[in-house]
Amino acid sequence: MNAFGDAWIYLNDPFNWTRDNGILDLLVQHLTISAVAVLAALLFALPLGIALGTSGRGGGVVVVLSNVSRAIPTLALLTLFAVSPIGFGPRATTIALAVFAFPPILTNTFVGFRGVDADVREAARAMGLSRGQVIRRVDLPLALPLVMTGVRTSAVQVVATASLAALVAGGGLGRIVALGFGQQDYGQMIAGAILIAALALLTELALVLVTWAVTPGPRVFPFLRPRTRPVGTEPEPVAAGMPL
Amino acid sequence: MSAGSSPSGGVTLAVDAAPNPWFDPSYVIDNWDTILRYLTEHVRLTVSAVVLGALIALPLALLARRSRFLAGPVLGLSTVIYTIPSLAMFAFIFPFTGLSSNTVLIGLVAYSLVILVRNFLAGLQGVPDDVREAGRAMGYGNLRLFWQIDLPLALPAFMAGLRIATVSTVALTTVGVLVGHGGLGQLITGGFNANFYRAEIVTGALGCVLLALVADVLLAGVERLLTPWARLVRA
Repeated sequence: MNAFGDAWIYLNDPFNWTRDNGILDLLVQHLTISAVAVLAALLFALPLGIALGTSGRGGGVVVVLSNVSRAIPTLALLTLFAVSPIGFGPRATTIALAVFAFPPILTNTFVGFRGVDADVREAARAMGLSRGQVIRRVDLPLALPLVMTGVRTSAVQVVATASLAALVAGGGLGRIVALGFGQQDYGQMIAGAILIAALALLTELALVLVTWAVTPGPRVFPFLRPRTRPVGTEPEPVAAGMPL
Repeated sequence: MSAGSSPSGGVTLAVDAAPNPWFDPSYVIDNWDTILRYLTEHVRLTVSAVVLGALIALPLALLARRSRFLAGPVLGLSTVIYTIPSLAMFAFIFPFTGLSSNTVLIGLVAYSLVILVRNFLAGLQGVPDDVREAGRAMGYGNLRLFWQIDLPLALPAFMAGLRIATVSTVALTTVGVLVGHGGLGQLITGGFNANFYRAEIVTGALGCVLLALVADVLLAGVERLLTPWARLVRA
């Protein structure tokens, strides 16, 4: 395919990477927006998820929120924030992305903390741990794999979705795709698509490694873990993820 | 918006002064034909994507259950496809299919396929081996085993997958605006390009959410009809 050859040429031109508003500039923009959005979502979702999960209440609300959020197109939210008084630009994009990063983290934190065995928690209390200590030293390590799944899901989703901002005059790597399409320079468009896909896959990979590094317990490299159970018997802990 | 707080620093632009309501019933009435056309395209794309996805996903899930060596690659590949952003996916397909709605359809099939394979496989693996063995012992052939044992027992998981896939596909179709076939998404970007006309944008967004909701409720109803025994247990 000719367009794929052109994409290769585009990616091999150092000027396309280093010039103003080139790949590197857009990449930094893309990553900054994504990181701020995920951190903002974490800031709100973690305490709320911990509070609801440890008390075991509010499960219905969390489920409804995660289901409804799947039905709202990201493009719609990005556009709505862009035409609101916030005005289009990085700020509107970041807020829209943070809204989308929120439900997966909340759901997984909630499920993780709710799943902690009450006996374990009681034993910790009986040993004289304070409530805060129980959360930090008992609940958190046990819930961490699920919490990290939520963070991974939402981070990959945000990195992927950030590219849609280009459709409504936002920044990020999506701009290369939108620009290439608009100028009928399909090599450039494919090059942008390759960059976006690679970034999403790398984010997924990086967060799998981070999860592996922070999860307590025996360290088995994630890709070499022996499959004790047949693959796929467990559906995803919560089906909050969706590609975008 | 008052003149003092206008984004252009004290100068009121005509754009800011003109009323730009978030929702306008007269917009919906005046443009009903256009909205209906986009809605039809949206429904057509969603239904064909989920149906095609299910038709491909079922044999894949059956194969993956049969052998562990296939299950690994099938699930691994599905994770990779799932991770590829939709904008990139449509851009990759574009050189082959051009500005037709097939570009969007192929991308949507890929995503729904990935969701469905996982849920189908989980449903099939949830069928107790004892029951299948009992069926075999009673002389059931492969087809009858699937039709009378696997399918009814895995149906809740199948339907859950179909619901997730449908709702996600309704939302994803909007990204098809890249090639001009985004269904109701066309209203979203259309309003954005028409000087940030909010009524059009909100109509498109609300339409998508309502469509997803209606589809979900319909599928929930289908599930209820198909599993009459579940109601007996609950009662």
